[in-house]
Amino acid sequence: MTLDQARTLISQRFATAQVDAAVEGVPIVVTVSPDEWTTFAQFAKNDLQCRFFSFLTAVDWKEQGLEVVARLDNLDDRIGLMMKTKLGPGASECPSITPIFRGANWMEREAYDMFGIRFDGHPDLRRILLSDDWVGHPLLKSYAVDTPHPPYR
Amino acid sequence: MIASLPGWVVLLIAPVVVLHVVIGIVTYVTLLERKFAARMQSRIGPYRVGPHGLLQPIADAVKLMMKEDVVPTAADKPVYNLAPIVFLLPCMLIFATIPFAPGLGVADLNIGVLFFLAISSMEIVGLFMAGWGSNNKYALLSAMRAVNQAISYDLPFIFASLVPVLLAGSLRLGDIAAAQSGLWFVFYPVIGQLAFIAFIASTVAAENRAPFDILEAESELVAGFRVEYSGMKFALIQLGEYAHILGSSFLGALLFLGAWAGPGPEWLGPVWFLIKAMFVFLLVTWVRWSFVRIRVDQILALSWKALLPMTLILLLATAFVVVWRTNGGV
Amino acid sequence: MSTRATHADREGPRRTDEGPRRTEDGPRRIDLDYAGSERLTMNMGPQHPSAHGVFRAILTLEGEQVVGVDAVIGYLHRCHEKLSETLTYAQYPSIASKTDYVAAMTSEFAYVRAAEQIGKIDVPKRAQYLRVITSELQRVASHLLWLGTWCLDLGGALGGGATIFLYCIRERELLLDLFESLVGARLLYGFYQVGGVRYDVPPGWVATCRETVDLIDARISEYEHMLEDNPFFMARVQGVGVVSRALAEDVGISGPLLRGSGVNHDLRRSDPYSSYDDFQFTVPVETAGDCFARYRVRMVEFRESLKIVRQALDGLPEGPISSRPGLKSVAQTRIPKGEAYVRVEGARGEVGCYLIADGSAKPYRMKWRGASFSNLAILPHIIPGHKVADVVAIMGSVDPVFGEVDR
Repeated sequence: MTLDQARTLISQRFATAQVDAAVEGVPIVVTVSPDEWTTFAQFAKNDLQCRFFSFLTAVDWKEQGLEVVARLDNLDDRIGLMMKTKLGPGASECPSITPIFRGANWMEREAYDMFGIRFDGHPDLRRILLSDDWVGHPLLKSYAVDTPHPPYR
Repeated sequence: MIASLPGWVVLLIAPVVVLHVVIGIVTYVTLLERKFAARMQSRIGPYRVGPHGLLQPIADAVKLMMKEDVVPTAADKPVYNLAPIVFLLPCMLIFATIPFAPGLGVADLNIGVLFFLAISSMEIVGLFMAGWGSNNKYALLSAMRAVNQAISYDLPFIFASLVPVLLAGSLRLGDIAAAQSGLWFVFYPVIGQLAFIAFIASTVAAENRAPFDILEAESELVAGFRVEYSGMKFALIQLGEYAHILGSSFLGALLFLGAWAGPGPEWLGPVWFLIKAMFVFLLVTWVRWSFVRIRVDQILALSWKALLPMTLILLLATAFVVVWRTNGGV
Repeated sequence: MSTRATHADREGPRRTDEGPRRTEDGPRRIDLDYAGSERLTMNMGPQHPSAHGVFRAILTLEGEQVVGVDAVIGYLHRCHEKLSETLTYAQYPSIASKTDYVAAMTSEFAYVRAAEQIGKIDVPKRAQYLRVITSELQRVASHLLWLGTWCLDLGGALGGGATIFLYCIRERELLLDLFESLVGARLLYGFYQVGGVRYDVPPGWVATCRETVDLIDARISEYEHMLEDNPFFMARVQGVGVVSRALAEDVGISGPLLRGSGVNHDLRRSDPYSSYDDFQFTVPVETAGDCFARYRVRMVEFRESLKIVRQALDGLPEGPISSRPGLKSVAQTRIPKGEAYVRVEGARGEVGCYLIADGSAKPYRMKWRGASFSNLAILPHIIPGHKVADVVAIMGSVDPVFGEVDR
């Protein structure tokens, strides 16, 4: 499968998705709506053969809200795919792709830890890097770098 | 000179002398091991305390004596406190039957080998007491592994030690040593070498030395059964361990390497004995610093499936050879 | 028998040896107790000789067999991602070293390349070759540390493992001496900058580098013989910790773990960067997926890296070492608006940097795709069913560095 074939397949199946190459180093970048997040992930795994799960993270665009970004790879045909979804201002819920890719488990926990995004369908959503009693989500732009916190116990 | 003293004097003085000598040798054997291991790892080992590190064991002993004795709050106090002593006693008692020269020993029992083997397996009790009394899951896991390993390797140890007994025809250690004045048992065709190898293997396992040291597997169980001990109690456990190793080395030298047989005048006998014991000890140490450890189920498989049948067959073969010889064979 | 975490519920005056009292609304307390009739919950705690850093694994044991593992990470979390938003592109590369602190230049490489991709900044050929040389030497140094600490875990700090550990450290010291004469630092460097590298090779460095490379090449065969001719070692690592190909891709592990499970994926080959396509080298792939396969992959990678270093030293071109002028202020480098995801084949796998720049001297958002974070995520899937001793062997063959896991 070539990159163009992959792009055609995506546009055929997901008419409302925006396919471009906005990210340097990534050949295909697809932006879908949150409702199509899991369907697209399943499509990428089955039809585009993108079985390698690289990472999942989020970006805080201040007024425009949060955006969840995931990166998949088709190692045999060397197709690199990045899927993005904008959650919208004020929203912090997103469907979970852990049932589809087991590697998303820890990545989504980290996104929850750092951004406060709740992933529906995640088997065990709890903080991973910070301690369980931490208040706040550090990577949000509203969280100041020098926010004081109580000493560890 | 010793034979001219009345019997009760010998009985009073000899244990004291032997105990002190043993403790002294044990302390310096730790330094020997460290230097030997260091040379294997392209470094020097203890060097600064005293000339060439010769005062290092003294420094270690002083340090351990000055350390605070930390007792876990929830530890089972009587068991915890008694464990090092119960561990140490058998390790010291095994030196009772070893004759360091013809007639020079504490008590040359006529069941010498049996006494040695029976007493040396008693230290497992102390080991388990330490593991249980510490109230620590790591220690308990280690103690359970210890019991497993001890039971599995005592049998091959006994059978391998019985081969020289058969060849000499007596359980008394003095007789076995005397029977080797012609040919050391390790040079016996096939039987001697195999028995020596089996002896070394089972002694390494019975003493919980690497590669069979899952007991104290530092990278998993962090010092195993002695994890909660500090200060003098720890020193007692270390003393016990090294005394056991030394005792087994002496036993190996006596059973297989001819004890005090060697060129030179008769008073050089104990010196030769010491050298041979150190040779066995260094063999064990060399093995220790070269191999990674194997898993507990592999250790048990090695014992029950390989070492035990082999030593049993060896023992039977030795018996046949002895009978064949006494009935006019070669 | 129960091992309670605290004695906070005991009546009476507080004893001085008890520690801080936990309150109702305090931190969550985990009671380590017998869970069921035969299961033991054991904590392989953050302080542990073979934890490879700070890592806590709560193991549920049935006898010697592990039936469940809960991996707790985050003890080394410094929030690099938030930190990078406060540091400029000139300041951050030195800090990037602290993620994968064993092969520190890998992280710098990813970050600096990401900035260069967005800003469309060229890197001169000499700088590219120097980057390749240092990357490969870092890989060798990292694998030496891996081999030493893995054997230490297998054999104990006072056993045969320690012997190999000391030999590997002795070799690693030679490499660190090379880095010291090049960069000035032994463990954490600030060698890369946006546009090239910061320092040029001092006189005599190339010759010393060649000697060191030859010496290490000879010694690696020694270690291979010492380990592979040893039936104890083989019994410990063969068949242990098998990772299937599907699981490997699903979880997203990379590097020697992925190549040990049969996937031929090396970023230096599939997505060449920084003149890697000028060099001849093979990518080792093993299909067994167990600890031994991963060990073989890394042993072959040793030699291949040394081959690449030799080729790069032979072909080192003359020229500038950076396409940007020397630094006059920390806010000098401004990257225009854009996003990039750049990955580098580190010693542990795919180290990636997802950078969002907004035109100023500091990034808007930077995400580290840490190789060890994804690699460590495989543990809950493969450990159950093995014995306690295997946990340590598997963790060692996964080779996590907690700076990368926790960032």
